[in-house]
Amino acid sequence: MRVNVTVNGEPRQADDVWEGESLLFLLRERLGLPGSKNACEQGECGSCTVYLDNTPVCSCLVAAGQVQDREVRTVEGLADGDRLDPVQEAFVEAGAVQCGFCTPGLVVAAHDLLDRVPQPSDPEIREALAGNLCRCTGYEKILDAVRLAATRKAAPQESGNR
Amino acid sequence: MDFLRPDTLAEALTLKAQRPDAVPIAGGTDVMVELNFDHRRPAALLDLTRIAELRSWDADDGTVRIGAGVPYTRIIEELGERLPGLAMASRTVGSPQIRNRGTVGGNLGAASPAGDTHPVLLAAGATVEAASTRGTRLIPATDFYLGVKRHALEPDELITAVRVPATRAPQQFSKVGTRNAMVIAVCSFAVALHPAQNRVGAAVGSAAPTPRRASAAEEFLSAELTSTNQWESPKPLLDSVKRRFGELVAEAASPIDDVRGSAAYRKHALSVLARRTLGWAWQDYSGKVA
Ligand SMILES: Cc1cc2nc3c(=O)[nH]c(=O)nc-3n(C[C@H](O)[C@H](O)[C@H](O)COP(=O)(O)OP(=O)(O)OC[C@H]3O[C@@H](n4cnc5c(N)ncnc54)[C@H](O)[C@@H]3O)c2cc1C
Ligand code: FES
Ligand code: FES
Repeated sequence: MRVNVTVNGEPRQADDVWEGESLLFLLRERLGLPGSKNACEQGECGSCTVYLDNTPVCSCLVAAGQVQDREVRTVEGLADGDRLDPVQEAFVEAGAVQCGFCTPGLVVAAHDLLDRVPQPSDPEIREALAGNLCRCTGYEKILDAVRLAATRKAAPQESGNR
Repeated sequence: MDFLRPDTLAEALTLKAQRPDAVPIAGGTDVMVELNFDHRRPAALLDLTRIAELRSWDADDGTVRIGAGVPYTRIIEELGERLPGLAMASRTVGSPQIRNRGTVGGNLGAASPAGDTHPVLLAAGATVEAASTRGTRLIPATDFYLGVKRHALEPDELITAVRVPATRAPQQFSKVGTRNAMVIAVCSFAVALHPAQNRVGAAVGSAAPTPRRASAAEEFLSAELTSTNQWESPKPLLDSVKRRFGELVAEAASPIDDVRGSAAYRKHALSVLARRTLGWAWQDYSGKVA
């Protein structure tokens, strides 16, 4: 089947999509967007997290056919040209990235949290990231990154010149 | 495989009548796992996410009617006041990403004994609304669950909504698991006070082939509270009453030993959950009446 979907602001089309395939497969294998990672394919790890109509979801659990006429935003769509999003910047600076496999999903989940709750408490951060697993960092640096991004976003004039 | 994409409920029902083998897909949080792991290869998928009728809720005559496709996140944000038990159970489902997609319709469609909404729907006295081109019928939650992952829908039917009595009376839900997120219940329990009917609802999950009501526990406690006039003038519950309630709840279960826990553990845990949640609900009720 054919799927028409807006991805990162651009209308995209994919042909010969198998009816049972996931949005994650569509993004990675057909649309050339390998940022979202495939680790568990069962909703447990969050490494495939993307925005679907502005709501974070596990793209491995969305059928490709369900995104017809909808809007998807992946980790590739967060940066503004060459300028990383403050969340991405904070992950790099806080050392929240080791092997990096969980990072795209965590960045999208954290990005959504800060959109909804600009100054989250620690329990709010933990709750928002509860669906994202990281096997490397032990999470502390990830929490640091989210706190840093929150601070940066609150005072945008101070960020940018790193 | 076919991918069917109805835009309206009427279209969906026509398609389901023509293709009873089509598997409905709402949030996909159960269906896609089965597809990704090749546990299921249906002849067709019937996508319900384009149907506006399924994605709204409304309230009238003391009942909240929740469209089958309303995700948990919205139940938590929009219905926490009116349906405290369902909102509580919804908060414990999976993770934010799962709650953004997963629906009560899907929980009912999957009919897993471990599904978190089931004990709440049973205790609250909910009704499942099922529709086909032949018409709409109302199935009391008590009659909906037939066996492990089996339910009372006919092959041409879709769940359109679940109707739950709105309440100001306390309800509680509790589940046992290894962490706070991403937990399939080892066992779960819901209690709902129905002061207008001098009645208590109670149900267990993940502790029998189907979710089920703890009828003997309901009757014992309802009779106890009514005979001591406690609906009008609540007093702190006697330990012996709470303990007996817990025992009867555990007796309602017929759990198995599995990787998540032993049958004996489940029974013990259920009696503890029952005592505790009743304690919280009753304290809350006493505060409201006073
Ligand atoms: C990582 C993870 C964690 C989870 N954690 C929990 C948890 O903590 N508690 C819990 O209860 N569940 C949990 N689940 C299971 C799942 O999220 C829930 O059962 C959810 O409610 C399913 O809803 P859905 O809309 O995604 O269903 P879908 O996957 O779309 O459908 C599920 C079933 O219902 C049928 N169906 C869907 N809608 C209808 C309808 N309107 N009419 C008829 N049939 C229909 C489908 O054909 C399918 O058989 C988890 C799943 C995952 C992947
Ligand atoms: S790959 Fe989707 S949640 Fe793990
Ligand atoms: S950095 Fe390796 S899994 Fe998180």
